[in-house]
Amino acid sequence: MIWNETKECMSRDQMTALQSARLVKLVDYVYHNVEFYRKKMQAIDLMPGDIKSIEDIVKLPFTTKDDLRDNYPFGLFAVPNSEIVRIHASSGTTGKATVVGYTRYDLDIWAECVARCMTMAGVGKDDIIQIAYGYGLFTGGLGAHGGAEKIGATVVPMSTGNSKKLTTMMVDFGATAIACTPSYLLHISEVLESEGLLDQIKLKSAICGAEPWTEKMHREIETKLNIKAFDIYGLSEIMGPGVACDCEFHRGLHVCEDHFYPEVLDTKTLTPLADGETGELAFTTLTKEGIPLIRYRTKDLTSIDHSTCECGRTSARISRFKGRVDDMLIIRGVNVFPSQVEAALVEVDMVTPHYMMIVDRVNNLDTLEVQVEMDPRYYTDEIRVIESLTKKIAHVIQQALGLSAKVKIVEPQTLVRSEGKAVHVIDKRKLY
Amino acid sequence: MFAKQLTVFIENRSGRLSEVLGVLKQNNVNILSLSLADTTEFGLLRLIVDNAALGKEKLTESGFSSLLSNVSIIQIPHKVGSLQELLKVIDDNGINIEYMYGLSIESEEAYVVLKASDIAKVDEILTDNGIKTISCDDLASL
Repeated sequence: MIWNETKECMSRDQMTALQSARLVKLVDYVYHNVEFYRKKMQAIDLMPGDIKSIEDIVKLPFTTKDDLRDNYPFGLFAVPNSEIVRIHASSGTTGKATVVGYTRYDLDIWAECVARCMTMAGVGKDDIIQIAYGYGLFTGGLGAHGGAEKIGATVVPMSTGNSKKLTTMMVDFGATAIACTPSYLLHISEVLESEGLLDQIKLKSAICGAEPWTEKMHREIETKLNIKAFDIYGLSEIMGPGVACDCEFHRGLHVCEDHFYPEVLDTKTLTPLADGETGELAFTTLTKEGIPLIRYRTKDLTSIDHSTCECGRTSARISRFKGRVDDMLIIRGVNVFPSQVEAALVEVDMVTPHYMMIVDRVNNLDTLEVQVEMDPRYYTDEIRVIESLTKKIAHVIQQALGLSAKVKIVEPQTLVRSEGKAVHVIDKRKLY
Repeated sequence: MFAKQLTVFIENRSGRLSEVLGVLKQNNVNILSLSLADTTEFGLLRLIVDNAALGKEKLTESGFSSLLSNVSIIQIPHKVGSLQELLKVIDDNGINIEYMYGLSIESEEAYVVLKASDIAKVDEILTDNGIKTISCDDLASL
C-alpha cells in the first residue's frame, strides 16, 4: 500500500520541478521572515531572485545546530508566536536545548509524512498501534501519534517506562503494530518471552526509530516476535520522525522528498556527492512554515540512491546510517553530547574536569556510566561524603541529559588524558 | 590529643588493596591498626601507621588518593562494658560518631580509634572525664 501515490511515485522530472518551485518560494519566504537567513544571504550577496531551481541550492548557506543554539529559543522562527501551535525540543550541544516550533500546517504535513511511513510499514486503519516513544518535548511520541491517527489506526499512547503494562495491553488489546526504539522493542520481546506471552500476541509490524540499529538487531526483532520491522528516521530540527522510512524491500529509507530536500555532502568540501557516495546528510525543509531550515547539516553519515524502488516509489532513499560526523550519542533514544556532561560537571565543586562516559547495552537496554575523578583537595575519610557527591553528580547529569546515569568515582589519574582531542566516550554497543 | 589517620580511596578492583599495602611495606611504614569501609563501587582504607606523613607522600607518588585527618585514639580498660561507657560519655554530649574501629593490644588496656562530628569537643570531653588519648607514636611504642 502507498499512502500518497501522487507524491511518492511521481517521476523524477516532476519531483525536480516541484522541488524547484518550492525552493524558490522557500528562499523568498525565509529572506523576508527570518533575519538570520536574510543576513547570511546578504553577507554573500545573494538575493532570493538568484535561486531559480533546485540546482541553485548549492549557492545557499548551511545551517547547523549551533545556529539554533545561537538563536535560542525562537530566533529562527519565521512566524509570530500566534501562528505557532506546538513546541518541541531536543538536546543542544551544551546547556541550551534545540527548540523548534510548528504551525498548524506544519503539524498537518508532519502527520502526512508519518502516515506515509506507517503505510509503508503495512499499518492501516484496521490496526491497533501502541506508540511507545516518549510523549513530551521529544518528537517521537506525539509525532508518531499524529501520523497513526491520520491513517485512522486505533492509537494507544503508551509512552515509555512501563514495560509490564505495555505487554499486558499488547496481549489484551490484540495490538497489531508498535512504534518504539528498536532496543526497547528487543527488551519488550524479552519481557514477553519471560512471561510466556510470545504466542499470545497479534503483533505484525513495528516502526522503530530514534536511534541507529544494526541489521542483526533487525533480524533479531523480526525472528523473535515473528513480525516485520521498519526503520523510521527523523530529527526534530527538520520535523521529527517521518522524514524517511524504509519499505518492505529494505533498500534504504524513502525520504519524503517533496517536503525535505536531501543532500549528501562531502565531509571536507561540503559539496554534494553523487549517488552511492558516503557523506553528511543535509536537509532543506521545502514546505515548513514555523522554523524553515536551509541545508541543515544533520551530522549523520549516509549515502543516497535516486533509482526507483521495487515497491514502486520513486523517492530518493538514504542508506542505513554509517556513523556521525560529530560525537553525538543516542542513548535510550535520547541525543547526548559529551559536552553536556562536561558542562554539568562544572557545576560540581569536588571533581576534576576529567570524565569518561561508558555506554553499553545490557538486556537490550542502554546503560550510561559516567566516571569522574575527585579533586585531591576534597579527599575524605567519610563514605557519606563520597556517596552524597555521587548522588549530586547523578542529579546534575540527569538534569542536563534527561537521562539517568550511573556515576562512579574513580582513583586519581585513571581517566585517560589524551593529547589533542580528548576521548570521553567508550561505546561498547557497536551500532554502526 | 589527636592522632593522624591515613585514609586511602580504593576502587573495588582486584589487587588494589594489596598494591596499597605494598607501597607501605616498601617504605617501611608499619600498620598499627586499620579499618576497611566498603561499598559496591569503592572502599576507604583507614590506617593508623607509625609514619602517616611518609605513608601519604609515598602513596601519592604511586598515584593513590590519600588523606591525613585527625582522629582520637582512646585508651579504655580491656573489660566488658568499657566501650559502652565511653560511648555514653560522648552521646551524653550530643556528639555523633562518624566511624570507629578498635584494637586491643595489652591484657589490661584496649584502644579504639574514633572519629566524631566534632573532634575538638570530643577531645575536651575525654580530658574532662579523665579518659586517656594517645598518639600514633605512643601506640607504636607499646
